[in-house]
Amino acid sequence: MDNLLSIITFTPLIAALILGIGLRGEDEAAQKNAKWLALIATTATFLISLFVLFGFDASDPGFQFVEERDWLLGLKYKMGVDGISVLFVMLTTFLMPLTIAACWNVTHRVKEYMIAFLVLETLMLGVFCALDMVLFYLFFEGGLIPMFLIIGIWGGKERIYATFKFFLYTFLGSVLMLVAMVAMYVDAGTTDIPTLLTHQFSAGDIVIGGKTIVGGMQTFLWLAFFASFAVKMPMWPVHTWLPDAHVQAPTAGSVVLAAILLKMGGYGFLRFSLPMFPVASDIWAPMVFWLSAIAIVYTSLVALAQSDMKKLIAYSSVAHMGFVTMGIFAANQQGLDGAIFQMLSHGFISGALFLCVGVIYDRMHTREIDAYGGLVNRMPAYAFVFMLFTLANVGLPGTSGFIGEFLTLAGVFQVNTWVAAVACTGVILSAGYALWLYRRVVFGDLIKESLRAIKDMNLRERAIFAPLVAMTVLLGVYPALVTDIVGPSVEALLSNYNTALIEAEAATRLAQN
Amino acid sequence: MEKIILFAPLIGAILCGFGWRVLGEKAAMWTTTALVFLSCLFSWVVFLGFDGEMRQVEIFRWIESGSMVADWAIRVDRLTAIMLIVVTTVSAFVHLYSFGYMAHDENWREGESYKPRFFAYLSFFTFTMLALVTADNIVQLFFGWEGVGVASYLLIGFYYRKPSANAAAIKAFIVNRVGDFGFLLGIFALFFLVDSVRFDDIFAAAPVIGETDLTFLNGTWNAANVVGVLLFIGAMGKSAQLFLHTWLPDAMEGPTPVSALIHAATMVTAGVFLICRMSPVMEFAPDAKTMIVVLGTATAFFAATVGLVQNDIKRVIAYSTCSQLGYMFVAAGVGVYSAAMFHLLTHAFFKALLFLGAGSVIHAMHHEQDMRNYGGLRDKIPYTFYAMLIGTLAITGVGIPLTYIGFAGFLSKDAIIESAWGAGATWPFWALVIAAAMTSFYSWRLMFMTFWGTPRGDKHTHEHAHESPRVMLIPLGVLSVGAVLAGMVWHGSFFGDHDQVNRFYGIPVHEVAADAGHGEAAGHGEDAAHGAAMSYPLPGEGALYMAPDNHVMDAAHHAPKWVKAAPFLAMLLGLGTAYLFYIRAPELPGQTAKTFRPVYLFLLNKWYFDELYDAIFVNPAKNIGRALWKGGDGSVIDGAVNGVSMGIVPFFTRVAGRLQSGYLYHYAFAMVIGIAVLITWMMLTGGAE
Repeated sequence: MDNLLSIITFTPLIAALILGIGLRGEDEAAQKNAKWLALIATTATFLISLFVLFGFDASDPGFQFVEERDWLLGLKYKMGVDGISVLFVMLTTFLMPLTIAACWNVTHRVKEYMIAFLVLETLMLGVFCALDMVLFYLFFEGGLIPMFLIIGIWGGKERIYATFKFFLYTFLGSVLMLVAMVAMYVDAGTTDIPTLLTHQFSAGDIVIGGKTIVGGMQTFLWLAFFASFAVKMPMWPVHTWLPDAHVQAPTAGSVVLAAILLKMGGYGFLRFSLPMFPVASDIWAPMVFWLSAIAIVYTSLVALAQSDMKKLIAYSSVAHMGFVTMGIFAANQQGLDGAIFQMLSHGFISGALFLCVGVIYDRMHTREIDAYGGLVNRMPAYAFVFMLFTLANVGLPGTSGFIGEFLTLAGVFQVNTWVAAVACTGVILSAGYALWLYRRVVFGDLIKESLRAIKDMNLRERAIFAPLVAMTVLLGVYPALVTDIVGPSVEALLSNYNTALIEAEAATRLAQN
Repeated sequence: MEKIILFAPLIGAILCGFGWRVLGEKAAMWTTTALVFLSCLFSWVVFLGFDGEMRQVEIFRWIESGSMVADWAIRVDRLTAIMLIVVTTVSAFVHLYSFGYMAHDENWREGESYKPRFFAYLSFFTFTMLALVTADNIVQLFFGWEGVGVASYLLIGFYYRKPSANAAAIKAFIVNRVGDFGFLLGIFALFFLVDSVRFDDIFAAAPVIGETDLTFLNGTWNAANVVGVLLFIGAMGKSAQLFLHTWLPDAMEGPTPVSALIHAATMVTAGVFLICRMSPVMEFAPDAKTMIVVLGTATAFFAATVGLVQNDIKRVIAYSTCSQLGYMFVAAGVGVYSAAMFHLLTHAFFKALLFLGAGSVIHAMHHEQDMRNYGGLRDKIPYTFYAMLIGTLAITGVGIPLTYIGFAGFLSKDAIIESAWGAGATWPFWALVIAAAMTSFYSWRLMFMTFWGTPRGDKHTHEHAHESPRVMLIPLGVLSVGAVLAGMVWHGSFFGDHDQVNRFYGIPVHEVAADAGHGEAAGHGEDAAHGAAMSYPLPGEGALYMAPDNHVMDAAHHAPKWVKAAPFLAMLLGLGTAYLFYIRAPELPGQTAKTFRPVYLFLLNKWYFDELYDAIFVNPAKNIGRALWKGGDGSVIDGAVNGVSMGIVPFFTRVAGRLQSGYLYHYAFAMVIGIAVLITWMMLTGGAE
């Protein structure tokens, strides 16, 4: 099984092809078949990915399950995972069957919908597995297309606006990344990621037009990658595409967007920015800290003012991603462990929160908070699930939400106490918007006539939430499951990072003498 | 056994919360109650059989990230043991009491099942509170800390149909989070300084922390002081100290058993526990201790003044709790941690008693809580009356001056007041004495308004006033015993002479001669302790730490007689005034209120803290949020980005709008393919160079 990662990555694509070619008709039976096929394919992918998880040697910080072969035009096809990426692969394969199950009620162009999700899964898995820069780029940008279609075709009223906004923001960033990649290829002579990780890009100051660019080439490359990943995360102030995209996206689209697609930005920082451009990362870390801290406070305050449930959760996502970027550039064990943990945990929690909105949106066809109230009276199971994820979103210890926030803050505190203190106010504000949302939607008496007959979650919905509840609590109580796998790779990354910094400093001193 | 103590309530909560449909309502409730009683029984076994040796029970791994290692483990020392009995005893009897109190609740409709949920929350609370007090590292303590916060949130908002209950629940959570903000930063600072979050390591490093400077925010401060202040901010939130106290009175929206358990006896004392737990660090943080004394005194005084004029029976007791917590903090702040723990213990008994008694009154009066509608209930509900009387005697501190004979509060509160004097804190001492007079006044005012005089308010309600069922009276009886005896039984252990206290807390008494050989026999590490520190315990040895130069407790013991008698005289003064106002001359309160109307209103409106906070925090937060959203996101960011990107979005939107939307995806797809081709071309040519 030396091509396990390829099997995982392309199983959904094959299923999509089968659907595209093999399945005809728009009648109910065909729709049903499409859904079942997609569900089976994604479930199978998950089951196969378990072999990767259990076969993964956590004590080895290097890449595992590596496969490499020649590809077209002299490019290489290279896949592999390490402690940082393997769990993102697992997150993706774990969430996709749930996502498919969540769009069971869709009736519009079901086959195409399923194809879009299956293709999306392949592309997302590809991003996390790719060990070649070109391959990574193709997957990374390719992921835009199905998401673009999912929002543009199955989205809400303003979907066109949201789609273009989403596309333009993310695309403009990635053009810069592409240029940077070309430059990297020219400099290093390879697109192989493991090789690039050990390649030292020049960090000597460059003088352009009388201005000294500290960090030289690394700074340019770092900024180019930053443009792309910061939009994807999204970081303040390039976050405004996200709320619109979320609001217009169908439920399943929102789940994938929040739970997995956003993580590509963070993953990119971990795979490229930090290890490949350590000097530039060190120079620009304060900027990232402040953007993150501002993001946390700013978007939390904005979330307080929202009247649309999805928008509120979208803004909360931006705030939570602020902890991630902050943790990554703290560049210490707690910060990085926390950032990765936060991304994984946010995958479950935000995914579940969007599903929670989906549950009542399916029933009432509105996302306005004011249209609800007192749901607990008729939907106790829903109230329980929503409460659990609300508290997890607030970062309650015992849920996975706490660990990431706690570790990233602990990491940042060691570097910059001001940033830690500002970011820590997010702890207060998140409680504010999350509990207030919950109160307005779920608590109170049920007085609205339209809600009289609302039904509690059915078996399918409960089955979707059960694994998410389990993961949120399990990771909150026993986070060692994650940190054991992540830890050694992060440690290796950090030791390279610190060595590089010391060497660069020594080099500068030498140059000055 | 410790594991059973900790997890029995959790199992009960899960069984009851999720399994009641299977088990049946009654069975579920009894199961969870029985499990808490089991936990209580074992706690007493641990407490009474405790030999002073700290022991740790590993459970399993939790957060492990580099040097940040916080595993689940139980730490049993004297401090834990005290908290165990407090928590489980009150919890067990509150469970029992709830059978009666929650039996018929008018907030629920026919056929609605609310009782299992209530019991599950109570047990869940008990579990998290136990997790807090048994924590072996500060992160685990924070787990319990937040856990009790959530349980409190759920229980305050238990009547989820009531908007006021929901508002109070959120307020409690958020105000607590403000405290947590400080607490978290304190944890981070400790981790940064010690590179560990385990108590053992922190305590051992305490002297070093005391000599380290920490750059925090814009300044460089003594590290121990920074940590002390930050942790105290956390404690202020949970223990409702001045400025972060506003949630506690509102928390009375919850059912009365909740008020007794969470908002009087256990959760709100967590802050005091935290400070005592961190005593090795606090001893090196003189400025932080000063801050604790100042705020503790201010709270004790402030809350007592507000308590004077409140009319809701539960709010009076709530402010009283707030005030008593201030006393405890003063004791901790002056360095007599054991006196703080003493008052914590006795307060748990008599305050739970007062709340449950008040609950019994409310129960009898059909959920009427306004004392202006009470009166003359002495004969209608005699058992409740006697229980409340004992509680009042205990809180006001009735006893025989200059002896150790008296109700629980007499011994513990006096211990605190003497400690304040012993520390040379003159104005805190006087403020506490005055607060003691006010305590006595409002407590007796409550008694007189409720049980004496003529019935006021709804006649019908008074006619149907009835004594509570036995399940409610038994807890009152048990707690009454505690309120009478707790002080006298444990006075020596908590506030006796030095050796007695040291023995109780397992603080090793290093006697120079006897220990010299012992220390060498123990081998490594002990050598450093030789010399000056020889005869003193080190931080982390024993459950509490008092620095060698901390002689406050001894000074308190040697306080002059008038100091020791002062609180008693203050109590008499309060009692006398209350008697005059509410028995002899019932027209006096109205006249006084009229004469000093501004003062009266100021107190009645609780010093206008709520209004102030709404004006400077709550409303601005919402407005800023809206402004940032519309202005920041809408105009500035989107405006700029869309402007820069050539108004592409509206352009495409218009184009797409003209096309039939069904075909949109074809165009989109074509465009994307085009871009992909472009990229490939660029990449290839780029690579070819």
